[in-house]
Amino acid sequence: MDRFLFLTFDGLARGAVLAAFALSLVLIWRAARIVNFAQGAMAVAATYVAFTVTAVTGSYWAGLAAALVAGFLIGAVVERGVMRFVGNTSPLNPVIAGLGLLMLIQAVLGMVFGNAYRTMVTPFSSDPVEMFGITVFSSYDLFVFACIAVLVGGLVLLFTKTPLGLRLRASAFAPDLARLLGVRTPRMLTLGWALSSALGALAALLVIPTELGLNPHAADAVFVYAFTVAVIGGLDSPAGAVLGGLAVGVLLSWVSGYWGATLAPVAILVLLLAVLLVRPGGIFSLAKERTA
Amino acid sequence: MSVTKRYLLAAAAAVLLIGLTFIIPSFTSYQLAIVCAYLCGIAGLTLLTGAGGQLSLGQAALMAAGAYSYALSANAMADAGAEGPLLLLVPLAAAVFGAAVLGLAVGLAAGRLHGPYLAGFTMALVVALPAVTSTFSSVLGGDQGLWITVEKRPTALRGIVSTEAWQAWLAVICSVLVLTLLANLLHGRFGRHLRAVRDNPVAAALAGINPARTKITAFVISSAAAGMGGGLLAYTTQSAGPGAYSLVFSLFLLMAAVVGGIGSLTGAVWGALLLVALPHLISTATSRLELSADLSQRLDGNLAVAVFGAVLILVVLLAPQGIQGLLVRAGGRLRPPPSASLPPRSTEPAPPSPATAPSRIPAPSGQLPATPKGQ
Amino acid sequence: MIRSKLRLGTAVLAASALGLASCASPDEGGEAADVPGITDTTVTVGTHQPLTGPAAAGYSTISPATKAYFDYVNDKGGINGRTIEYIVKDDGYNPANTQTAVREMVLQDEVFALVGGLGTPPHSAVLDFVNDNEVPDLFVASGSPTWNQPEDYPYTYGFMVDYPTESRILATYAQEEFPEATYCFFGQDDDFGEEFQTGLEAVLGEDGLADAQVYSTANTDIAAQISSMKEAGCEVNFLATINGFSAQAVGTAAKLGYFPQWMASSAGGDFNTLSGYLGENTDKLLQGFVSANYLPGYSDTEDEWTAKFAEINEEYNAGAPFDGNTIFGMSIGYLFVEALQAAGENPTRESLMEALESGDVTGNGHAPLGFGGDSHRGYTGAMLTRVDNGVQSYFGTPYVVTGTEAEEYTVEEYTGERTAMPADGLPE
Repeated sequence: MDRFLFLTFDGLARGAVLAAFALSLVLIWRAARIVNFAQGAMAVAATYVAFTVTAVTGSYWAGLAAALVAGFLIGAVVERGVMRFVGNTSPLNPVIAGLGLLMLIQAVLGMVFGNAYRTMVTPFSSDPVEMFGITVFSSYDLFVFACIAVLVGGLVLLFTKTPLGLRLRASAFAPDLARLLGVRTPRMLTLGWALSSALGALAALLVIPTELGLNPHAADAVFVYAFTVAVIGGLDSPAGAVLGGLAVGVLLSWVSGYWGATLAPVAILVLLLAVLLVRPGGIFSLAKERTA
Repeated sequence: MSVTKRYLLAAAAAVLLIGLTFIIPSFTSYQLAIVCAYLCGIAGLTLLTGAGGQLSLGQAALMAAGAYSYALSANAMADAGAEGPLLLLVPLAAAVFGAAVLGLAVGLAAGRLHGPYLAGFTMALVVALPAVTSTFSSVLGGDQGLWITVEKRPTALRGIVSTEAWQAWLAVICSVLVLTLLANLLHGRFGRHLRAVRDNPVAAALAGINPARTKITAFVISSAAAGMGGGLLAYTTQSAGPGAYSLVFSLFLLMAAVVGGIGSLTGAVWGALLLVALPHLISTATSRLELSADLSQRLDGNLAVAVFGAVLILVVLLAPQGIQGLLVRAGGRLRPPPSASLPPRSTEPAPPSPATAPSRIPAPSGQLPATPKGQ
Repeated sequence: MIRSKLRLGTAVLAASALGLASCASPDEGGEAADVPGITDTTVTVGTHQPLTGPAAAGYSTISPATKAYFDYVNDKGGINGRTIEYIVKDDGYNPANTQTAVREMVLQDEVFALVGGLGTPPHSAVLDFVNDNEVPDLFVASGSPTWNQPEDYPYTYGFMVDYPTESRILATYAQEEFPEATYCFFGQDDDFGEEFQTGLEAVLGEDGLADAQVYSTANTDIAAQISSMKEAGCEVNFLATINGFSAQAVGTAAKLGYFPQWMASSAGGDFNTLSGYLGENTDKLLQGFVSANYLPGYSDTEDEWTAKFAEINEEYNAGAPFDGNTIFGMSIGYLFVEALQAAGENPTRESLMEALESGDVTGNGHAPLGFGGDSHRGYTGAMLTRVDNGVQSYFGTPYVVTGTEAEEYTVEEYTGERTAMPADGLPE
């Protein structure tokens, strides 16, 4: 039982990060109907900015702020500089442009910062916290939960309670109509990319210290799993991304703990297949999508 | 192009390429063999994704199925004492068959998925490949994969052709065969059905086409082509392992299909050439640069990847129909009667208006109330 | 269908072949003096390394170190008047790329030999090709025993101490030092982990390991595995891990309040690299960490090899960080130069092979090399290092393991002296 609890909590901690990253993919999908393959590399680039700022100022918080700002700007630049011009001709071209960006960004990061892993400092010690009589979370894990909860909560408020959020949603779901009603849809699109990229940057910044360290490829695996999470949850559904992320995190932890780490990707494939066989548009898909 | 003309063209291409192996150095012959092997996989994608509108990121897994089928059958036959042409042809057939069976399974499971959902599923398939090979490492050889006993070139040819040239011959013949069959399919009834289902499944169903069966058939055919590619790679490299069929490779195959021009099989040829030649040219060029120790350590490898990435972005921005699209446009300017030469995608030179951009991946715009599907 | 096309193609070609046969030269006949990769002034050798991709983090600094050593040798006049040209091809640790890279080097660049090709899966993919083409394939940078098969692969030579050898040494030491402890194992889910575990069980017995956990490089969260070892009461944990995962194991255990004795493979026990992952807590976390090694220690400033290599690193490698990888790369370079020197004034591939088989090539390790007529095994033993107050240093005497078969082997203390460094670190 102890082991079960331990594995579950460990999985939740990992799942929270997957959820945040999947949510960032969902945001771009909703805004631009693009699965952004460069999202991981963009997030890592922002994390390198945070790393540099922290190294110069000595403050983790300055680095955290820098990552959010850098993520925001990188998202805007990628949309304005590349994706806008790729847009409509074929749904495949954004995928290829994303892959091109992925290679370009990773290679440039490798040139500037080298290929070696860099240690990232964390604001809290990783000393374990006891709960239910067993070690479950480190205080850093709790910090990760808090950060993600704050940001996700903020985004929910932004989208549902503010006029800006309404305009964002309008331009995502009915761009032509929104334009007719006076919404500056191109600007909303840029903003959508920027917000998504900032969220991705936060997720990368939070997860990298718990892994091997900062490296141009540090978010490759996170991207792959987060994309699967987004598909499981339904690409149009922010709630699906969050719940899917937590579920996949826990599943990974159970499989890895009870059957061995090697089988984890197979378990994800099986889960994905099972979900999509029942609901081809993801768990939280809208009813009309399923008929498509 | 009539069927007879296509056969003649195919035979001519095969003879020309085989003749070429007598002139080019043996390393280039090897590269030619690799191009042909990749071409099978990419051409499969052209059918599935280009004509069929199904975005698959899993082509590498299907090629791996081909490679492992080749390896297992060739090794089993060699153990049983088989040799000669049989040891060459039966494993190749097994490669095609093995991949087609996996393709059938994937098609049955994923046939009704669309757009990014299918992409996500097929990506998970590739990502799971190393896990599968380590789990069944006694059969599949784990991380290192399998060594393969291959039938070498016939004794009569030794001294006349190098091993690499022989590998190129085999690859050229097999890939020309695959391309010819795919072209026949795409230009025949099946191709029409496939495009009809892609462009408007409801209308296609009303016209008596079974969309599900058409999609699953597309999966099987595309996988069989990929299996031939995997079998050729297995033969050429004498090995089958998970490292060679990674997600990165799968994405590269898709890139090659799109950058070459996913609308036609000719585009697949450009894509395959590019996939082999471009990294080679870039790394050769960048390795010539005289740099300080520190700088060269930073740029080694990375520079080639950066240039490759930049080229991809530029091609997508400047030639969204791929290289073949670019050539067709250039050719159209030279020749007064347009469109007569290239049948595969009559819808292709689309007017720039976004409203007419067909959702070839039957995806996003179809769900949006503002842009109803099929106009 | 295939056959008829083949016949057609062959028929057409039979004619053209006659005309073209003169310019096609698939099988290099050549004169005896015409040795691939050797001119009067140069010797060209090649290697495949992961300079990009995820594996680059751990290994991309090795080939620059080898190159720095070669540059140093070239500046000193080269070997018998020949300078060494060193071609480094990036394969990203992908066997498919390795296939292409090695064929390019062998068929196109016509290298004299391959030196220090890195990684078990990438190098396995070209093993048949290089041996079919009779290219010396020296000092493969991997601990797999695969490279020691002189019957099947006469041109391939190992370098690193192989996994079963070093695991036996670590297990023997553990039995002497911690006879009552509970032993456990944490390893990679490939041949590295498997071979290592087999070696441990050969010494400790079939059920000598209370818990054996594996990880996959695709998943960096190893809390599940480490917590299982903690619950099993493991006191001495053997690690068949690459550096990143050694650090991850130690770090994760500390998070769980678990501080066992670690004993790591040489592939995952480099203090400098580990501290790069672990950050500021390194000294505390790695206190008492034991690992095997066989090359000069980079922190051992007393060692003449280390001092020389550090000097070369400053001058020829732009002062790159000096660590285990630097020593590793330069040691491979040194060993090749030594072999080339021994291959005579006008080296051929045959004379190079003969020089290695003679056993006169000794390298710079703490244990002897296993090179001989019936063995292409690299270093046959190792010495142990321990971390104390942030300094990793050797202790005790080296061990050698004789015999490579699972059943017949002995672990002995090695009493021979390591070869003294020749003047200027250049083989004589």
